[in-house]
Amino acid sequence: MATATVPQVERENYLNKEYGVGSWLLTTDHKRIALLYLLSITFFFFIGGFFALLIRLELLTPAGDLVQADTYNKLFTMHGQVMVFFFLIPSIPAVLGNFLIPLMVGAKDLAFPRINLLSWYLFIIAGIMMMHCMLTGGVDTGWTFYTPFSTAFSNTKVIEAGLAIFVSGFSSILTGLNFVVTIHRMRAPGMTWSRLPIFVWSHYATSIIQILGTPVIAITLVLVVAERALHLGIFDPKLGGDPLLFQHLFWFYSHPAVYIMILPSMGVVTEIIPCFSRKRVFGYTFVAMASIAIAVFGFLVWAHHMFVAGISVYAALIFSLLSYSVAVPSAIKVFNWTATLYKGSIHYDAPMLYAFGFVGLFTMGGLTGLFLAALGIDVHVTDTYFVVAHFHYIMVGGAVMGYLGGMHFWWPKISGKLYPEGWARLAALIVFIGFNLTFFPQFVLGYLGMPRRYYQYPPEYQVLNVLSTAGATVLAVGYLLPMVYFLWSMRYGKPAPDNPWKAAGLEWTVQSPPTTFNFPEQPVVTWEAYNYDEIDKGHKQEAQVVG
Amino acid sequence: MSDSQAVVPASSHDDIHSPELLHHFATPEQQRNSSNLGMWIFLATEVMFFGGLFCAYLIYRRWYFGDFGAASKSIDALLGGINTAVLICSSLTVVLAIWAAQTSRRALLILMLVLTMLFGLTFLGIKGKEYKDKFEEHHVPGATFSFEHVPIPGHPDQYANPQHAQIFFALYFIMTGLHALHMVIVLGIFSWLLWMAWNGRFTPEYHTPLEVGGLYWHFVDIVWIYLFPLLYLIDRHP
Repeated sequence: MATATVPQVERENYLNKEYGVGSWLLTTDHKRIALLYLLSITFFFFIGGFFALLIRLELLTPAGDLVQADTYNKLFTMHGQVMVFFFLIPSIPAVLGNFLIPLMVGAKDLAFPRINLLSWYLFIIAGIMMMHCMLTGGVDTGWTFYTPFSTAFSNTKVIEAGLAIFVSGFSSILTGLNFVVTIHRMRAPGMTWSRLPIFVWSHYATSIIQILGTPVIAITLVLVVAERALHLGIFDPKLGGDPLLFQHLFWFYSHPAVYIMILPSMGVVTEIIPCFSRKRVFGYTFVAMASIAIAVFGFLVWAHHMFVAGISVYAALIFSLLSYSVAVPSAIKVFNWTATLYKGSIHYDAPMLYAFGFVGLFTMGGLTGLFLAALGIDVHVTDTYFVVAHFHYIMVGGAVMGYLGGMHFWWPKISGKLYPEGWARLAALIVFIGFNLTFFPQFVLGYLGMPRRYYQYPPEYQVLNVLSTAGATVLAVGYLLPMVYFLWSMRYGKPAPDNPWKAAGLEWTVQSPPTTFNFPEQPVVTWEAYNYDEIDKGHKQEAQVVG
Repeated sequence: MSDSQAVVPASSHDDIHSPELLHHFATPEQQRNSSNLGMWIFLATEVMFFGGLFCAYLIYRRWYFGDFGAASKSIDALLGGINTAVLICSSLTVVLAIWAAQTSRRALLILMLVLTMLFGLTFLGIKGKEYKDKFEEHHVPGATFSFEHVPIPGHPDQYANPQHAQIFFALYFIMTGLHALHMVIVLGIFSWLLWMAWNGRFTPEYHTPLEVGGLYWHFVDIVWIYLFPLLYLIDRHP
């Protein structure tokens, strides 16, 4: 699709305006901060991936041969903590959201550029604390920090890991706060709420969760740290405390946190699918409101993680019912994406392949979520690989596919270069195959009864585990490929035109890469979102000049 | 699309003469509304932050009703009451400070900011005295904690369970400690506001930092308004 003309001389943009370490470390430009985040979370993605690979290698054989139980406990704990708190939660919001939201709403920057930089520094401080914790012994509590093991029994660095996640939480809160204020106050004239790209709506919903959920896990971790250091008794049943209270507080954040990971991904997919089927998104209002509904319902379902923890049967019934209700807005989204494809002029470029992957894998993850919301089945498969497979379908099959799709879709805008399309399609295919090979066998393993978090297993589970490990290897190749060709394209890639996909949206009306203040003059929006019918009729969107 | 990138200067607000207007805002109103909204959202975050503690408090208060009453009774309600009065006065001086900025009374503004900070420091001083008392009474949770043979209010024949009382004191120290930490932070913010006021940065047109800082001060006050009855007054009947 990349056909438009390309300028001969490199224009001034946010990348070449200034050089030097200082111009990056002290920048308040949302686009540069997005790139700082991109580097940081890519680093953590490969750290977390390294732990995952060690886990899969250990599980290649039934016996505990590569590592022993203690090390294995640390491996899955740190895999979870790094991937959840240092990759998935910041991934799309802090990189693509940071880069794109001001561009999409027609603003020069986020509302609070310095707070944006502060949130990156908080993330880095948290990351250094986490790295230090991992290099000096690590944690073995599972990413969930369940009490009283974490507060009274574990001999590992629980306090340090807890404080690292506490600090990273503030980074997340400040990002969310910045987005909400930007979306409320910084929209260009004519950019009404009903003209906002769904990507922006998704980030609005995500930000609400970040703002209202994250402080709860922050205070919970404060209590865990205090309990562990001083033996206060708040979560220790021996001293009259209630470990279930910890689980309630923890999941009050950590369940909505799943929607922090998946909602931005849904936003990305809702940008990609209309573009590559050349159609307006089907049911714009429903897709937008479904994002908000997921954020709201997401706060009301946390105790479905606790069906076997001893909560009352009536509470379990209500939480089961509410958990089913999340399926409604999720299904609205899936059906609307499908309806958008209907009679569309579909192009199979790499971002679209990722979007297709997302829709399929998210649907799998979502439907198996319904299994887990059902009380009887949940009791049967709690803490088995069925659960592991389910949430990896959402977090990796969903969130990471969306992230990679978004990275490909906006890479020409971010870097000003085109990535090699053939390699990108190949990588998308490898990721999809590798992912399914890794995680589909885990559904079967879980249903057969293999528990999670064990480093040994009975020999009859070996075939499926070997398949899973083989898949993880394929997946690793699929993840390394984009990193290689993205880096390659920054030097050798063809210069990108301003709008290589002929896509709708204000971000495509500015040059690639954009200038520091994004828009040469204040844009005025006079068209609806996803006006692909008009674009393809040759009606050029023109940002009108103010005054 | 590049033909729309024409010759008009990059910022359309060059002609608006407000030195405080940051480059990425179009108008001072937009900047002010953004700052205020940002603080309100941050306060929502703070409500949820303290909310986790209030949730824990409510659960244990229900479980260990009498023990919490006995433990609460050991805290000096007079000192807490004085602190409540001090904070209510400080909220008034914050509002008067903003009014002084809106009406260009710089001396009054500085006076009110200084008074506000003095109230805040008084609060912390009294809080320190309370902590010292609790330390001397061995009511600080941990190895030296002791709460033996304290009768449950209304049940003179029953003693409070020291472990359950310890949970009360753990919550007391964490809740008031975090509140005091917020007071220290907001005092830092007000030192900066005082510095800006001293340099004459605030005008009737531009005093957003005062409004935003004031919101934060009021929030710290309001948290105390909830902490005071829950921690000091739950079982004061004779």
